[in-house]
Amino acid sequence: MIGLGSGAQMIQAATLVGVVLLEAVVLYLGYGALSNVVGEPLVERIRTL
Amino acid sequence: MELFGFAASMIGLFVGFGFMVGVLFGFFGMGGSFLVTPALMIMGFETTTAVGSGMAFVFGTAIIATLKHRDLGQVDYKLGGLMIVGTTAGIEVGRIGLYFLQDQGLAGLVVGVTYVVLLGGVGLFVTRNAIRNDNDGDEGDNDHHDPDAEIDPDAIPDIAKQIQSYNVPPMLAISGGIKVSLWMILGVAFATGLLSGFLGVGGGFIRMPAMFYLIGIPVPIAVGTDLFEIVFSGGLGSFLYGLEGGVDLSIVAPLLAGSALGARIGSTATSLVDESEIKIYFGLMLLGGAVAVALRQLGNATGINELQVISFGLIMLAALAVGGAVIYSAVQAIRDDARSTGVTPAD
Repeated sequence: MIGLGSGAQMIQAATLVGVVLLEAVVLYLGYGALSNVVGEPLVERIRTL
Repeated sequence: MELFGFAASMIGLFVGFGFMVGVLFGFFGMGGSFLVTPALMIMGFETTTAVGSGMAFVFGTAIIATLKHRDLGQVDYKLGGLMIVGTTAGIEVGRIGLYFLQDQGLAGLVVGVTYVVLLGGVGLFVTRNAIRNDNDGDEGDNDHHDPDAEIDPDAIPDIAKQIQSYNVPPMLAISGGIKVSLWMILGVAFATGLLSGFLGVGGGFIRMPAMFYLIGIPVPIAVGTDLFEIVFSGGLGSFLYGLEGGVDLSIVAPLLAGSALGARIGSTATSLVDESEIKIYFGLMLLGGAVAVALRQLGNATGINELQVISFGLIMLAALAVGGAVIYSAVQAIRDDARSTGVTPAD
């Protein structure tokens, strides 16, 4: 049986999970955009090193 | 300077370590938290904080990796849904077990010994297979790039063929054209969930070999589905540990920031580098992790602080060496390709 805490603890734990989820999505989109910008030039730079 | 109650140098260490772990996670599809949780334990965090924060880190990393694998069509949602059921039950049992041991004052010792046995066992297995494949001239498991393709019967391990020959209904058809007993899927999921809840790991380093060797699931589907499943089990585990105050966001946030970038580089490297070339390093890294945790336990038992320092250095060095090998091999592959296509190096 899953032992759940008080309402405040549950809200705090759910917020924590939400923050990690949000950070992950922001990082996915942010790094995705970054790699679109610098990915190709970086590979070209390595190819011509 | 301090950020979130930590020295900036500590934040930098977390970001850097997360980056290396992310490279490994992105490249091998596993190998994230089994380095993070022992590292946190070695750094002196309480076992439940190390396990809970490790699990939250896995949750975040799995979200990022699943989004990527979903785009490649490497997620079997039916299999993933069933794995979630078994894993969820296993996580709760594992978590209850850990808090029980914590109350007895045995959590650190039992978790440490379990890590040593698991990391050492899987490390030996992977290293032995990598050496054997090298000697056989085998290209390894990385051949199955098309998730919808039928599996070559020769590529299915003998143990998987034996297990698949047991017909325990209901049998389910999954991607790759294979049929698997529902009970086998639930059993593997429960056992790995138990380890996830107990050790704060995604369970990929156990579940991945289990899915391939015990069930015979093609590697890309095993990786994508495993990650999809970890999103749910990791989310639930983070929530449950969060209820008890076992998740420290000031640890998780910088680790995740580093690993997200590393995972992107690692997953890109999969299309450039043959996994079988790196697999032996991965096996050795697991063995290094086992030795590091064993040294820490020995340091705790004997009060020799130097062993803790050596242990910490070893685990960082192992991640750095294998992550570095992946990046180096990817750079070499790009340069080899440039040479073969006649690109002139810059002066």
